[in-house]
Amino acid sequence: MVMDLKDALGLFNYWIVIVLMMTGLYIVVSRGNLVKKIVGLNIFQTSVFLLYISMGKVSGGTAPILTGKPEVFSNPLPHVLILTAIVVGVATTALGLALVVRIKNAYNSIEEDEIQNLDLAAENGVDEPEARQ
Amino acid sequence: MEAAINVALLVFLAGTAFSILRRTTLFSVVMLSGVFSLVSAALLVHLDAVDVAFTEAAVGAGVSTVLMLSTLALTSRHEAPSTRSRAIPLIVVFLTGLALVYGTLDMPRFGDPAAPIHQHVAPRYISATAQEIGMPNIVTAVLASYRGFDTLGEVTVIFTAGIGVLLLLAGTIREPATATKITAMDHHLVLRVVTKVLIGPILLFALYVQFHGDYGPGGGFQAGVIFAAAFIIYALVFGLETASRALPGRAVRVLLALGVLIYGGTGVVSFFFNKNYLDYSVLGATAQAGQHIGILLVEFGVGMTVAAVMVSTYYAFAGQNPPIGDEEW
Repeated sequence: MVMDLKDALGLFNYWIVIVLMMTGLYIVVSRGNLVKKIVGLNIFQTSVFLLYISMGKVSGGTAPILTGKPEVFSNPLPHVLILTAIVVGVATTALGLALVVRIKNAYNSIEEDEIQNLDLAAENGVDEPEARQ
Repeated sequence: MEAAINVALLVFLAGTAFSILRRTTLFSVVMLSGVFSLVSAALLVHLDAVDVAFTEAAVGAGVSTVLMLSTLALTSRHEAPSTRSRAIPLIVVFLTGLALVYGTLDMPRFGDPAAPIHQHVAPRYISATAQEIGMPNIVTAVLASYRGFDTLGEVTVIFTAGIGVLLLLAGTIREPATATKITAMDHHLVLRVVTKVLIGPILLFALYVQFHGDYGPGGGFQAGVIFAAAFIIYALVFGLETASRALPGRAVRVLLALGVLIYGGTGVVSFFFNKNYLDYSVLGATAQAGQHIGILLVEFGVGMTVAAVMVSTYYAFAGQNPPIGDEEW
């Protein structure tokens, strides 16, 4: 398949969206630090916002605010959906961060590996006396 | 030229994301995520989504950065080097990315006015807003009136998340008396003076954004966040106790619920006039005037809940006992 520059430019927004989305996913999967994971989720989230807004753009269009003159407007619907999603996003991020703070209080760590080790140690500690009985 | 700006901002975004991936100092990760939000806000302006850009700038670069820094102060500043294998995540991400790129090849090209997304309800919103709602900002009209149900749902989600944060952190909030000593930046004279000068204009701007949202970019969501920013900056610099005296935590929790109640209650009024839920046309002398009043009330409720959630979340974080002192940063 041959792709010219015009096509590539026409899809460039979506490709960067995918790059951002995958970067976010990679951070979430490969990093053990819980705060870093939340930042990764935020990057993933922003990529989805950009996907919607990029689709809503009309060439030569302008912001969907009526001025009385006949104009071409970009699609207002994705704007509405994403506008609310951003604020919902920060509220859920705050919830995630609150969980991180509580995890830190309970385990004195925000590294996933250490938390798992502590959990395993606690399980073994409980199991051992029972095994001896 | 337009395309060049678009490409440049996108490349800059990707660069910031890679940089976030590679850093292990969490402080720079959080600051970079603020930069990431600000650049994406610039890109959103370029893509004609002015209302969205407004929100992203206020939320991403402002409130969410402050919340993340508060979390760092309570947890740790460095990411431990990961011991697990990176090969499998890398392969998964690469393959998923390739599949998604393959999926984009069939997509309508960027900016194409004939794309399916522009054929369905959007033309109806654009052509009917002036006559049915009578306000210039189509985004506000769709947000508060055409899709009022949807927005009510979103506000309820924000409300629920706020309650969740309070439930998670409320048990561990320490006495406000000790809070002042640690949090207040007594020795930062410049910060204190600048903050005092800034708070008035920030609050005034929030009110403008709240009530001018029908005519220009703005509305309850943006105004709520900006309003909260004024109180958060006050609490940051002058300490939690001083801020709680100006705006007690108890009052914030009442406002938190009251905003959702105003939104839901505005919808109930329509029932008494034999109309559907959230049909504002009965609220005024004419259908258009009714829409104006309805949208004003609903946006007010949104702004109240959003501001209260942000402020109470910050109060909850700032009320925790920080293991890292102010001077150690």
